[in-house]
Amino acid sequence: MRFMVMHYQTQAMEDGVLPTPETQAAIGQYMQEAAMAGVLLSGEGVASSSAGARLEIADGNVRIIDGPYAEAKELIAGFAILEVGSLAEAVEHARKFALLVGTERVDVRRVIEYSDLQ
Amino acid sequence: METTDLPATLATLWRVESPRIIARLVRIVGDIDTAEELAQDTFVAAIERWRGDGIPNNPAAWLNTTARFLAVDRIRRRDTQRHKYQQVAATTPRSTELDIDQIVDGDLADDLLGLIFMSCHPILSPDARSALTLKLVCGLNTGDVARAFLAPESTIAQRIVRAKRTLAAANIRFELPGPTERPARLDAVREVIYLVFNEGHSATSGDSWIRSELCDEALRLGRMLASLTPTDSETLGLLALIEIQASRLAARVGPNGEPVLLMDQDRTRWDQLLIRRGLALIERIDQLHGSAGPYALQAAIAACHARARLATDTDWPRIAALYDGLAQINPSPVVELNRAVATGRAFGPQAGLDIVRGLLEHPAMRDYHLLPAVAGDLSCSAGNHEEARQHFLRAAALTANGPERSTMQQRAAQCAAHHVGSA
Repeated sequence: MRFMVMHYQTQAMEDGVLPTPETQAAIGQYMQEAAMAGVLLSGEGVASSSAGARLEIADGNVRIIDGPYAEAKELIAGFAILEVGSLAEAVEHARKFALLVGTERVDVRRVIEYSDLQ
Repeated sequence: METTDLPATLATLWRVESPRIIARLVRIVGDIDTAEELAQDTFVAAIERWRGDGIPNNPAAWLNTTARFLAVDRIRRRDTQRHKYQQVAATTPRSTELDIDQIVDGDLADDLLGLIFMSCHPILSPDARSALTLKLVCGLNTGDVARAFLAPESTIAQRIVRAKRTLAAANIRFELPGPTERPARLDAVREVIYLVFNEGHSATSGDSWIRSELCDEALRLGRMLASLTPTDSETLGLLALIEIQASRLAARVGPNGEPVLLMDQDRTRWDQLLIRRGLALIERIDQLHGSAGPYALQAAIAACHARARLATDTDWPRIAALYDGLAQINPSPVVELNRAVATGRAFGPQAGLDIVRGLLEHPAMRDYHLLPAVAGDLSCSAGNHEEARQHFLRAAALTANGPERSTMQQRAAQCAAHHVGSA
């Protein structure tokens, strides 16, 4: 089964402070290890919300709000899709990643599969 | 709700961390039995410590450090023992302190690759290799392996014990094969991965059409191997092939559990993430500029189907050309039969029949029901209804599968109607 591991931004990430070379190396190392464990299907990180936009829909009307937004810690900083045997396994992988990436929160959510929809 | 279920966490950590821990331990101590014993000691130490102190923030790091410590301790004790023997034998003792540090801190990729090569050693039968690999490299316990193979646990346990004994008796230790030996050793690994995948995919035994957990483990092994040997085109080819085949798992079974053939599948059910991964791997193979091997060619064929949003969009001439290539480097009657199907679709039934005729007398194909099924299909398209009817009846007589038999009988009856109608 697949899980989407999403880590949240810190204020520093939102402010565009790049991770130190050591942190970048550690993240690279982790990604390599996750690939070697055969569990990493896909993953991306996103830039600060100042480079993004938000669509808000009310009563069918779409309002487009350009970033940045005040609530930096409520924003996703990136995701990884892991294929593992259980939620617990996904959590153990996420735990290692969370310690390296310097985030304050990581959500681990199961990806809906075709078989869920029947 | 905060979760702190120690036994469950340890079971999960075993699954996630034991492959790399065992890989490192095998490299340090040399043999699988000692490595497994030390890995178990590591987890026992974790239970004792964490029961009081709670689970540490980074349990994986704790386990790895503890395993390393236990391994060094074991080597020192072994060395002291040897030292004593050597003194008795009045030979010059050698210092091993330096050796230990060199051995202990190595590259994780090398550790995992070495473990994979060891558990897929060609000295073992493919069945033994599969069982050992699923246990050591995938972190499954013997019961999981037995359930996956629908075999009694005692059978699998025996198989694993015998495999380890065979390796020990042949004095096969942890090693990374050199450049001359490596291609053949990688072949032995790929054979295991494809065998495990097919065991899950075609479910030759048992009642479940697809035993997806075996497919998942094979994919995981394939992904591991591809990340460990990123420029090996056949490994990338194998992974591309099984990623694309796995993308169709949900579409392969109908609402009543009946198999749905490729051309009849609902393609919106195909898993696009797996297809994208497969196609990206094929791009990487193309960039390597080597000559395509059998897995890379089969992957390229699977990719032709994956790229077609509708069955009618299938690029049959390209598939036929790829089968021509496959028949040259890896000739087999089954490849030839598939080449006949693709050629028939690409260039008309007569072209397909020309290939099929060469197969009809082949001894290995005498009782293979798909040969007359294909011959019947091509003859029918060519308008030879009586010939087609004979082929379909033969296919019906040869198949052991009930639904397939009635399909063949129906097609024979349709041919008979055509034949009478046109006479």
